[in-house]
Amino acid sequence: MAVNLKQLTQNEDLLAGGHRACAGCTGANILRQIMLTAGKDTVMGGATGCMEVITTIFPYTAWKTSFIHSAFENCAATISGVETAFRSLKKHGELPVQREKMNFIAFGGDGGTYDIGLQSLSGAMERGHNMLYVCYDNEAYMNTGIQRSSATPLGAHTSTAPAGSVKQGKEQNRKDLTKILVAHNIPYVAQTTPYHWKDLATKVEKALAADGPAFLNILMPCTVGWHFDPAIGMELAKEAADNNFWPLFEVENGVYTINHKPKDPAPVAEWMKKQGRFKHLFKPGNEHLLEASQAYVDSEWKKLLKLEAMTAE
Amino acid sequence: MEQKLVALSGNEAVAYAFKQARPHVAAAFPITPQTEMMHKYAEFVANGESSTEMILVESEHSAMSAAIGSAAAGARTFTATSSAGFALMWEVVYIAASLRLPICMAMVNRALSGNINIHCDHSDSMGGRDAGWLHLFSENAQESYDNSIMAWRIAEHMDVRLPVMVNYDGFIISHTADALYMLPDDAAWKFIGKYNPAYTLLNPEKPITVGPLDLTDYYFEHKTSQLAAYEKAPAIIQQVSDEFADLTGRRYGFAEEYKLDDAEMVMVLLGSSAGTCKDVIDEYREKGVKVGLLKLRTFRPFPAAYLAKVLGGRKAVCILDRSASFGGQGGPLFTETRSAMYGQQVPVHGYIYGLGGRDFDLRQAATVIENLKKVAAGGEIADINLLGVRL
Repeated sequence: MAVNLKQLTQNEDLLAGGHRACAGCTGANILRQIMLTAGKDTVMGGATGCMEVITTIFPYTAWKTSFIHSAFENCAATISGVETAFRSLKKHGELPVQREKMNFIAFGGDGGTYDIGLQSLSGAMERGHNMLYVCYDNEAYMNTGIQRSSATPLGAHTSTAPAGSVKQGKEQNRKDLTKILVAHNIPYVAQTTPYHWKDLATKVEKALAADGPAFLNILMPCTVGWHFDPAIGMELAKEAADNNFWPLFEVENGVYTINHKPKDPAPVAEWMKKQGRFKHLFKPGNEHLLEASQAYVDSEWKKLLKLEAMTAE
Repeated sequence: MEQKLVALSGNEAVAYAFKQARPHVAAAFPITPQTEMMHKYAEFVANGESSTEMILVESEHSAMSAAIGSAAAGARTFTATSSAGFALMWEVVYIAASLRLPICMAMVNRALSGNINIHCDHSDSMGGRDAGWLHLFSENAQESYDNSIMAWRIAEHMDVRLPVMVNYDGFIISHTADALYMLPDDAAWKFIGKYNPAYTLLNPEKPITVGPLDLTDYYFEHKTSQLAAYEKAPAIIQQVSDEFADLTGRRYGFAEEYKLDDAEMVMVLLGSSAGTCKDVIDEYREKGVKVGLLKLRTFRPFPAAYLAKVLGGRKAVCILDRSASFGGQGGPLFTETRSAMYGQQVPVHGYIYGLGGRDFDLRQAATVIENLKKVAAGGEIADINLLGVRL
């Protein structure tokens, strides 16, 4: 079960190079890391979004496993159909090649997951399909031009909730999708980032081994939407876990484990300062928004600590 | 072939037909009047009479999406819907056809909202007439059953590879007990046969990518290859129907021609209203009025050349639409049939009738024939007329 780097580096890279991701995209990196662990006996499903667009522009495909895209809001339902077909064909002895088990992974951005695909996701999780749903959360609709989503944090500038002379970006906090998934009482739910390769690989492994549905929420720093130097995406992913903006935790059969407890978390503002989407918050008069961002992170972190203590066996 | 005479509702008959195809997967979400069909199917599964895996989804959008995933994985797959459920599927209905997935769907025709109404008209399936599915229409439980058996052979044929919807009128057919002949299970299975998918997501040794981004350089070519399938479909539909006739004695084509041979006047329509028309035509025939009925079975592919031929040379033709085309030139059956007859000197007029389940009765059918007589004698009538409505 233990993930080791040497082994991972020897696994086949199942996402071919030459895909159309932006320079510095951490999303394509997330997909590659998932595939290194999942391996060849996997069917991937993508919701409409950046990762779907960059991997499959006809007549090319970056996927070395089978892949299906159908629409924006229905990736979970689509993969639930693939998974059911597998079970049925297996039961009837009609699989094209014999496999005891295959991995069924659906992925979508935060738009396709937090928002338009939430119903489809909720339904698939409740039905108990043996599938993993991965949300690559870059905190806005990046594929369509950086519009706000319900994952966009307070104060972030987006094209539909821009910073202007009267308004200061998004006026609401993001919603906590990971806990919504925990409320489905499925075997495995976790958060991670692409920087934490070992954490990510371990979580993919656990999610795929779970008996039933699993959900991973992976923070995906986006150079275009967050406005940062393409070289520092991974750094921002690391810092988000170090300042408690994006805690690394997992919930196994209802039991919370925080995988990384920063000793001395840096102020969230330091992290925000490196991103153009928060630039306006550092102008005089917007101090209260920085304070509110910090307060939100602190209060969510406290809740998480309580949940860990509460569910400890 | 010895067949069993049974009394079943249309919904039950279709559930039986689908069970006989031994589908691997069914995706379902409830909507009146389709519900009873899926209840029946769920009973088969609960009692071990069917080994289909059912996906009981949280919406019709997910029903069609799950069906797409299942069919792309190479499983024989069906679903069922009505009205608003079909409207909610809208986006993915196109995708199922564009991905060339031979899904079968029971479409229990019901009026679209608003206002909300649970009874029959054809506005639901007509809304999806350009989505790429093949549309078969049924007059009664027997035809609903027969179409539901033949649908698999048509959908899965290598020259077609398109999803098929079997339309039958909500409540009028779906909930009315009717006498019909059913094939024994083994005979039905022998006729339908095992499904051999051309592609599957489930072969890790031969991975495929389904549904890629398709831009200005290829999309049009893909649509062109899809269009070609509708050219090939009529021959396959006829071939499957002929084989079915050899087996059952029940003969189907693109339409049923009722007392058409010498008919000077012809009514054209879809679905259960045909029964009422036949009775009234019989009465008029006794009085020496040469009137007949053309009950269309395949609305998609639309058999334009066939209609032009069959309707050509008549003294008057009228088309009855159980759906309106708001702001258009009459219902969809009217516009397409009249277009098929372009260049002919046959006077054609149309009706909108039966919206929201309004009864189509003997009197309305008689009015239609009286009007046909007037037109045949050189009289005038509006292009589009409303039938059975209080004005």
